[in-house]
This record gives sequence, structure tokens and C-alpha cells, in this order.
Amino acid sequence: MAANEKLIEVDDLSVKFATPDGEVTAVNGLSFGLERGQTFGIVGESGSGKSQSMLALMGLLAINGRASGRALFNGEDLLSMPANLLNRIRGNRIAMIFQDPMTSLNPYLTVERQMTEVLELHKGLTRRSALTLAISTLEQVRIPDAARRIRMYPHEFSGGMRQRIMIAMALLCQPDLLIADEPTTALDVTVQAQTMALLRDLQRDFGTAIILITHDLGVVAGLCDQVMVLYGGRIMEQGSAESIFYRPTHPYTLGLLGAVPKLDHEGERLLAIPGVPPNMAHLPAGCPFSERCTFATERCATERPALTPFGPQGDVLRACHREVIEIAREAERVLP
Amino acid sequence: MLFFSRRKTLLDQLAQAAPHGRSLWADARARFMRNKAAVVSLVLLLLIGAACIVGPAVLPHSFDSADWDSMSLPPTLKNMHWWGTDESGRDLLVRCLVGGRISLMVGLLATLASVAIGIAWGATAGFIGGKVDAFMMRIVDMMYAIPYLLIAILLVTILGREFYLVVIAITAFSWMDMARVVRGQTLSLRSMEFVEAARSIGVPTRRIIFSHIVPNLLGVVVIYTTVTVPSVILTESVLSFLGLGIQEPMTSWGVLIEDGTSVMEVSPWMLLFPGALLSMTLYCFNFIGDGLRDALDPKER
Repeated sequence: MAANEKLIEVDDLSVKFATPDGEVTAVNGLSFGLERGQTFGIVGESGSGKSQSMLALMGLLAINGRASGRALFNGEDLLSMPANLLNRIRGNRIAMIFQDPMTSLNPYLTVERQMTEVLELHKGLTRRSALTLAISTLEQVRIPDAARRIRMYPHEFSGGMRQRIMIAMALLCQPDLLIADEPTTALDVTVQAQTMALLRDLQRDFGTAIILITHDLGVVAGLCDQVMVLYGGRIMEQGSAESIFYRPTHPYTLGLLGAVPKLDHEGERLLAIPGVPPNMAHLPAGCPFSERCTFATERCATERPALTPFGPQGDVLRACHREVIEIAREAERVLP
Repeated sequence: MLFFSRRKTLLDQLAQAAPHGRSLWADARARFMRNKAAVVSLVLLLLIGAACIVGPAVLPHSFDSADWDSMSLPPTLKNMHWWGTDESGRDLLVRCLVGGRISLMVGLLATLASVAIGIAWGATAGFIGGKVDAFMMRIVDMMYAIPYLLIAILLVTILGREFYLVVIAITAFSWMDMARVVRGQTLSLRSMEFVEAARSIGVPTRRIIFSHIVPNLLGVVVIYTTVTVPSVILTESVLSFLGLGIQEPMTSWGVLIEDGTSVMEVSPWMLLFPGALLSMTLYCFNFIGDGLRDALDPKER
């Protein structure tokens, strides 16, 4: 496979939900691509469509949800694939890690049973060889005494260990793509750091591509190559992690960066983005962020900004009416 | 680098301090054993069961031979009629034990069958949901609406009075409660994250139902099973009373109790002994079910 060929290519992905109040669009026109071994960060507040877009890729939308667009994975469209074909890819070529490790393991099955099931389903391994592989994978995620502990039930592990078990489960079949849906949100800070270090190590060893969903910008900075900032189900800004962090060109990105706590700025108030996340059923006609944006003009409320390339190579995409220079001036003032 | 090596030694220390795990079953047994009422009930039930199996062979009387010299004897040591005799002079103790075989057998078989049907039906309906759920649960409602005695009478009249027909007739009308309870539980389990996680690793629907949902139903199923056993035993006695179940001279606890009630003013022991046996058995099942429910919940430690 050519080096620059995309592992997954998402084109104009939209997710709509049929609700009693009418159709609600949770995700609108997402496009991105990801090469092997790369990490792609999706950032945004609650309800910005981060999780729903990934659930759509996995065919896990709620029963009233509909995905449209295309998502080519190794050339096959995930969105139009029937469930039985999708079952061959899920867990095998694409794996997912969920937000809360406390609830995403079945409390009534041993870790062994849950891990070997993946291998039996996808690799046709016997129970015995599946067990050997499962134990060695647990060792790779640094579960001490894995051979004995694998026989235990999920409640016998701590939260951080359970998340590592989830990661081990996701890695069992050595997937090409790992979707991590806020993998550290439910963990405490020290364990967060361990988990992220683990993901980084594993990516280095296995060459797995990772889509990382998070609202923790610190996590994104440490791990991601490309970053997409979502708000109200739309792309606000998309580009390399470096440009998003050091040269934000969108007021919303700037707002998120300003809200990151810093240890060396003791006593200062955190900058909060005013207002609340939008009601997806009643988005403004213009830019979805316009109601909360300090840069907003009348035009922002009525005319939706198109996603346009910017930068010397045109590698940053931004959806904003205001000039980049205005944002950059503010960034210089607000950010250290 | 320093961070990594430090983490490594910390993990080694943790590994040494890690607790020793026990299997679900070893753990459940330990918890069950701590429940006095459940253990006593289990022992009692085993004793009753063993007596029913062995007793009739050991005791000197047979359950169907009339003894015209000792009719309606109260409990006595004479002739070893320890629990007395009925109006035909048949030994009550032996008849209670032989009746116990039938009652326990019907109770266990019909319960097992209805539990299996109920779980499969309820879990499928609850998990798939939507129109399938509505359709399956309307069938359950229809089953409730059918007078079961009518069907039982038809079944036995057409096919003859057979032990297995009694079991089938009872099963056919006792699985719906289990199906409803299981469906309710499944509805709440369905939206749990581990189900989504199972989907995300490509587990097919049928397998999610039977290997991920069903184990989580264990607690409620056990409890409901121990409630079903008594009701099934009682249903059998109703059928027998109507002449649709077990026929003379063969007997069951239900039959014996019916006989006993008709003569309870002159021979109260004929009601007392089978009644005590039946209610003791039912209590035992309840206590055991209670103990099992607590013991089988791996979260409860």
C-alpha cells in the first residue's frame, strides 16, 4: 500500500436523529482522512457531535439515528455496510475504547471470557491459544500477574486497570484503527497520564492509527498529528496539532485553549467561554458558535461561514468570517 | 526515561501486593454458606428429597396396598404406621414420600422448562425491542388470556393421562411471568455500555443476548425460579384434584392434601403431614433462592 494512501477517508459525514421535536442534525458535513500510524484528534464540548460521528462509523448509532455521506475504510464504505459484514471489521480491523471503563466491561463475565471472545469471533482461535494471546496482551498493557488476574471479574480491578484491559481488548486483533472515545475522562489525573503514555507506546509498537475523541486539549497536544475542532456538529477548524495549538485561527479554538488550566498561573481565573453549548434542534442560521463568540458580527448570525483553507500550504481549514489576524492578536494577548 | 523506570518498579510492587482472586463459584459458595437460613433450607430439602427417593423402598409398607385391619389409624408405633394411615389403611408416610417424588419431579421439570422458555423469550423481546418486542409480548398477553384449565383438559383428554403431559400443560402456562420479568431486566441492560462495547468488537446480536445479557439476569432468574417451583407444585395439585393429573393409586402432595381436607375433622393427620411437607419444601425453596441471589451477585463483596 502506498504510504500516502488513506486508511480511512470520511467524506461529508452527517448524522441525523429523528426525535419527537423533528429531525435533529447532530453531525454535519464532516470530512477527514487518516493514514496508517497517525493520530487524529477530535475536540469539542459535550454535544458537539464528537462521539456520534464515531458511533456512526462503527454502526452503533441509536435506533433513531441515520448516518449519511461516505466513510471508506480500506476502500469499503462502512456506512452502507450490512451488519454481518460490519461485525467482521468491528473489533478486528477497527476497535473502540469507551469513555467509562467501569461500565463497559460485563460484570458477570471474567476478563478472560470477554477477551477470548474477540479472538474466537475474529481469528477462529481455540480457547487455549486465545488465552495465551490474551495474557500476553494484558502484559503489554502492564497488568501485573496477568496469567492469574485474567480469571478475575471486572470489579476486582481498579478503574485504571479496567481501562488498560479495555485497551488490551481493543488491541487483541491488532486493528488498523483504534477509536478512543474520551479514554481518560473517567480516570484520575495520574492514571490519565499513564493511560496516554500507554497509548503512545502501543501506537509506536503496533503502528495503529488512532482517532482520539477528547475535550482535554492537553491530551491532544501530546499525542495527535491532526486535530479537528467541532462545535454544534460542524467543523470549526482543522489542521495540524501544532498549528491549532500555537496559531489558532478560530475564536472557538482560542476559547478552548484559554480554558485549559495551567499550573504556573496560580490564582488567576480560568477563561470560560460564555454561554452554554447549543441546543442542536435550534441552531442559529449562521455560524453555530456566533451566539457565544466575542468576535461575532451581524453577518455571523445570519450567514454560515464556509470551511476554507488557510496558511502557506493551505493545510489549515477554518470556518470563520473574521480575519485570521484579529484572532491572532487576541491569541497573543490571552495565551501565554 | 526516569518516569518509565520509576513506574516499572511501582508496578512491580503493586504486583506483589495484588490480592489473590477466587472464582465466581468459590466465592458464591462461601457467601451462600454464610447464610444460615439458606444452608438449613438446603439441608432440609436434600433430606426431604433423599427420603422421597429411598424411603418407600426401606419402609415395610407399600404405597398402594390397603390394610383393612388398620383403617384411619392416627400416628402410632403399631405396625410402624408412624404417620398413621388413610381410610383404606394405606400407610401415610409412604404415600407422602411417593407423592413427593411426583410433586418434586413435576416442580423441577416444569420449572426448568418454563425458566428456559421465559429467559429466551423475554431476553430476545427485550433486547431486539421495537415491533418484535411488541409482537412477542402480545403473545404473552394472549397466553394469559387463555384459560389454562380448558387447554389442560383438552390436552389430557385428547392425548391421555401421562406424566409428561402434565408437565407440558403446566409449563405452557407458567413461562410468561418469567418472560415478563426477564424482558424488563433486559430493557435496562440493553442500554448499558458493555453491550455497546460488545457490539463494537463485532459480537453478533444472538451472541450478545445469550452470552452477555443472560448471565446478568442470573439474580432475578434465580429468585423467580424459586417462586415458580411452589406455584408449579400447586398447579399440579389442582390438575390432580380435577382428575387431570396424577391418578389413584399413584399420588402427589396435592392429591394427598385434597384427600386430607375432606377428612380433616376426623383424621387431621391426613392433612397435617402432607401439608407440612409441602409448605416446608416451599419455604426451603424460597430461602435457598434468597441465599443464591445474594451469593451470585459478583458485585456484592
